Amino acid sequence: MDLSLAQAVFDSVRATTRDVLPIVVILFGFQYLVIRKPLPNLGTIVIGFVYVLLGLSLFLLGLEKALFPLGRVMAEQLTDPAVVAPGAPVGAALSWTAYHWVYAFAFAIGFSTTIAEPSLIAVALKANEVSGGAIGVWGLRIAVALGVAFGITLGAYRIIVGAPLHYFIISGYVVVVLQTFIAPKLIVPLAYDSGGVTTSTVTVPLVAALGLGLAETVPGRSPLMDGFGLIAFASLFPMITVMAYAQLAELRTRAASVATPTRGD
Amino acid sequence: MREGAIVFLKITRDSLRDLAPIAVVVLFFQFAVLGQPLPDAPRLALGMVLVVLGLTLFVFGLEQGLFPIGESMAQALASKGSLPWLFIFAFSLGFGTTVAEPALIAVSAEAAAVAAEAGILARDAEAQASYAVGLRFTVALSVGLAIVIGVLRILKGWPIHVMIVIGYVAVVAMTTVAPPHIIGIAYDSGGVTTSTITVPLVTALGVGLARAIRGRNPMLDGFGLIAFASLTPMIFVMAYGMLY
Repeated sequence: MDLSLAQAVFDSVRATTRDVLPIVVILFGFQYLVIRKPLPNLGTIVIGFVYVLLGLSLFLLGLEKALFPLGRVMAEQLTDPAVVAPGAPVGAALSWTAYHWVYAFAFAIGFSTTIAEPSLIAVALKANEVSGGAIGVWGLRIAVALGVAFGITLGAYRIIVGAPLHYFIISGYVVVVLQTFIAPKLIVPLAYDSGGVTTSTVTVPLVAALGLGLAETVPGRSPLMDGFGLIAFASLFPMITVMAYAQLAELRTRAASVATPTRGD
Repeated sequence: MREGAIVFLKITRDSLRDLAPIAVVVLFFQFAVLGQPLPDAPRLALGMVLVVLGLTLFVFGLEQGLFPIGESMAQALASKGSLPWLFIFAFSLGFGTTVAEPALIAVSAEAAAVAAEAGILARDAEAQASYAVGLRFTVALSVGLAIVIGVLRILKGWPIHVMIVIGYVAVVAMTTVAPPHIIGIAYDSGGVTTSTITVPLVTALGVGLARAIRGRNPMLDGFGLIAFASLTPMIFVMAYGMLY
């Protein structure tokens, strides 16, 4: 057990190093061949890199060993017709409302995996620092997580009813564009970024398993043609919720300033 | 040393809090909805310990390694005043971090299987492998290009929403002409390209540039690079599907 764990950690570190190597080569290549200036705090930066590498390796190993297999089995079981509608004839098309536990699972897993997403933590820390604390780390993360949760739930519904993906995505774009004109200007670039940031290490494998599970078990769907698209939903809706978060914050401060008029008004 | 230990403990506590929702969701659905016991509980517990430890180390190293190097390089390149090098750097960062991205490798292999199913490709392994590699390089190229366009925007101070709307119009226009089997993959490819290491580096690059250039606001101009990086792959993948 101990030996196999050490072996697994070693393999994971090796795989992560291989993935990160091109980046390290680019960074240090430019630093020493183009910029040609010594890095300030080189030692700290190298140690930081080692932490990032080791951290990511252990994180991925833990997910691979524990969470992903369980998540996949759960996604399969929840989408199984025998669990969705016990007693229904095999192969019968079920009403989309029969899948309520699938929607609940999609929402809950979308929300909770986004809260744990390391790249979102990174962007939230940076946005908090750059905005001088105006954008809360938790406010942003919860806004994004709600967006992912909602997006994946809607994406699951789309697979179940078999509606074309692009209608949903294009309608989402229209909402994003309209919101852009009324949301506070400073939030817009961050909101656009939050779409791409959300879907990485933790969310993608679990969500992909849910999509494939649904496409395999819902009659008339093909995993190859209908299993895709959940990630697209998960990267669209955070833009909407992050802008909404800023709009709500603006409304609240406006309401507060109306409720307590300053002396001399 | 002691300060470091206190910071580390604090981040560990944060990691536990960040991962608690997943544990709650999994346990609830396993026991309350599916009504089944946990399979292999010790392995699960060990996995969770690794996840908590890993996330803690990652966040700890983020502030020490990734953010400082991204920002200091952006500032050094901006003050060097050489635009070609800045663009080459931006392109290599986008291309280099994407081409080796494991999620992208997995998605392009699946895309090749879809294309074979749709009758576009011969059903042999060699045709599928070359299709997948072509797709991977297409996406990596589009991400490199996206970072270059995003850096150009920061330099020029162009408004981001106009550019994103143009991108959306391009996506919608491509959707109407692209073969149907590629659309789902194309839309998904926007989300999978931005990995856990790329995001902090690219964010630091944008914010560092916006801070180094006079008249730019780091909040307004520094963010937005990831947005381009998740938009261009959709357009390029649909184009790839049309050409193939």
